[in-house]
Amino acid sequence: MSKQYKCHKISGGKVKGELLFSQDGLCFYLINPKTGEVIEKEHCLYKQSIANKILVFPYGKGSSVVQADGMYQLKMTGMNPAGMIVVNADTTLAASAIILDAPMVNKMDSNFYDELHNGTMVELDADNGTLTVL
Amino acid sequence: MYLTDEEQKMLNGDYGEGTQLAMKVLAAIGEAYDAPKMVPVSRTHVALSNQEADLWFAEKLVNGNATCRVRPTVNPSFNLKQFQQITTIDKKDEEIVNRTHAAYNKLGAIMTYSCTPYLEKNVPRFGEIISFSESSATPFVNSVYGARSNRESAQSALCSAVTGVTPYYGFLLKENRTGQVLVHVEADMNDDFAYQMLGYFAPKKIGFDIPVFEGITNPSKEALMNLGAQLNTGGNVALYHILGFTPEALTIEDAFQGKKPAKEVVITNADLKAMREEISDTSGKIDFALYGCPHLTIDQISTIADLVNGKKLAVPLFIMTSSLTRRLTQKMGYMDIINAAGGEIVEDTCMDQPCWKFLYGKKGITDSPKCAYYTKRRDMQFVIAPLKDSVMAALKGEY
Repeated sequence: MSKQYKCHKISGGKVKGELLFSQDGLCFYLINPKTGEVIEKEHCLYKQSIANKILVFPYGKGSSVVQADGMYQLKMTGMNPAGMIVVNADTTLAASAIILDAPMVNKMDSNFYDELHNGTMVELDADNGTLTVL
Repeated sequence: MYLTDEEQKMLNGDYGEGTQLAMKVLAAIGEAYDAPKMVPVSRTHVALSNQEADLWFAEKLVNGNATCRVRPTVNPSFNLKQFQQITTIDKKDEEIVNRTHAAYNKLGAIMTYSCTPYLEKNVPRFGEIISFSESSATPFVNSVYGARSNRESAQSALCSAVTGVTPYYGFLLKENRTGQVLVHVEADMNDDFAYQMLGYFAPKKIGFDIPVFEGITNPSKEALMNLGAQLNTGGNVALYHILGFTPEALTIEDAFQGKKPAKEVVITNADLKAMREEISDTSGKIDFALYGCPHLTIDQISTIADLVNGKKLAVPLFIMTSSLTRRLTQKMGYMDIINAAGGEIVEDTCMDQPCWKFLYGKKGITDSPKCAYYTKRRDMQFVIAPLKDSVMAALKGEY
């Protein structure tokens, strides 16, 4: 039986992908929609692509407009993250994910953060609130 | 989540697909935050942006025949007519402005095109439950007026405008509005610019907590606009208190609702200086000056007019403000003074819009860290300096 963690649905969907951890908050507007790369120089993921990853980050950053627009543009180019795992979901971030049908969860089991690392293949089932290591 | 019969009808599609979509989104948000029910809102403000996602969602609601039950005021896009005189506007940008205007008009929005609705046209009272998006607006209405809004996105606020309700959670509940960290402000808060830096820096020390600032006396409305806008840009702080000043923090007992502050921090001049050095471009030659993020008030514009009166600006200077304030600058003679010096006052316009393409790749000066933050995507560099100093720099062409 593969390892499974519990979480809480913000926006539904079931996806597979590699985990990518970010220590810093994310502003989706400051990600290049052509490449999926973070363009914020001070960011720990600067120049790394978030495309198709299950992106793990603490919180969203940015105004009431830019999260939705950033996510929308990434979705149009197919450079969007496959799924998102957050700690603090403000309304702007949550609403953007819901509107764009982007799977997002919070309240992840705390041992998840100690036990898993970048590159681990997982399945995120936001509807049922589970993350399974593949 | 409990829904009234009327809310259930909206969700079932009895009022059309647009209203149904709006209620679906709100119900999903409600579930995400474990809200027990919806509550009516009496005011809404939507951060219209005429960006792709904004237009996509607004047109989706229009195509589903939605109209707003609580008509929202809206954020700026850019003023097409004015900018066609200043620069060449791409056909596709012209089209998106016109389509966005048409969509919001059909939805029944009040087309104020201003990011400071809390100063004119949409001013809530204490305790009023509202749905406000826009990063300078949400902290202002929550903190300065004591109205109750969550940190809405443009789209969630629009859904509340359509349905007239919002899920009951977060900052709508008194217990979630309590101060969490006591911030001793030891920095000299002697001009409005200091509040820009305090707002941008504070989230680095306090994270997601609700700050109670101590050591601030009689901030101006501009200082409060700056503080809120930058708190919400540097972090996600959509509610703050100022001890002895804002209505929910007249005493320390009120501010922390009878509890002890979980944390105390000190912010000094050195902190604000270091913050500014980190985010501001280096001094030297500048190519333009840009103000109005958030939109400048009549008082700020009169400060600029006084500084440039009878002089010639070395570089172009642009002021963004509401159409009402711009009209006032005409009546009061400020516009003539600023135009004669070589400056422009533009209405209905945000700095984060494609109308500024002619400034891309150039170095500007502004008084707003928020302005500099979002334009990273547009390849604009900024020196960030106090309003008066930056206007002096625009007269000389260097800082």
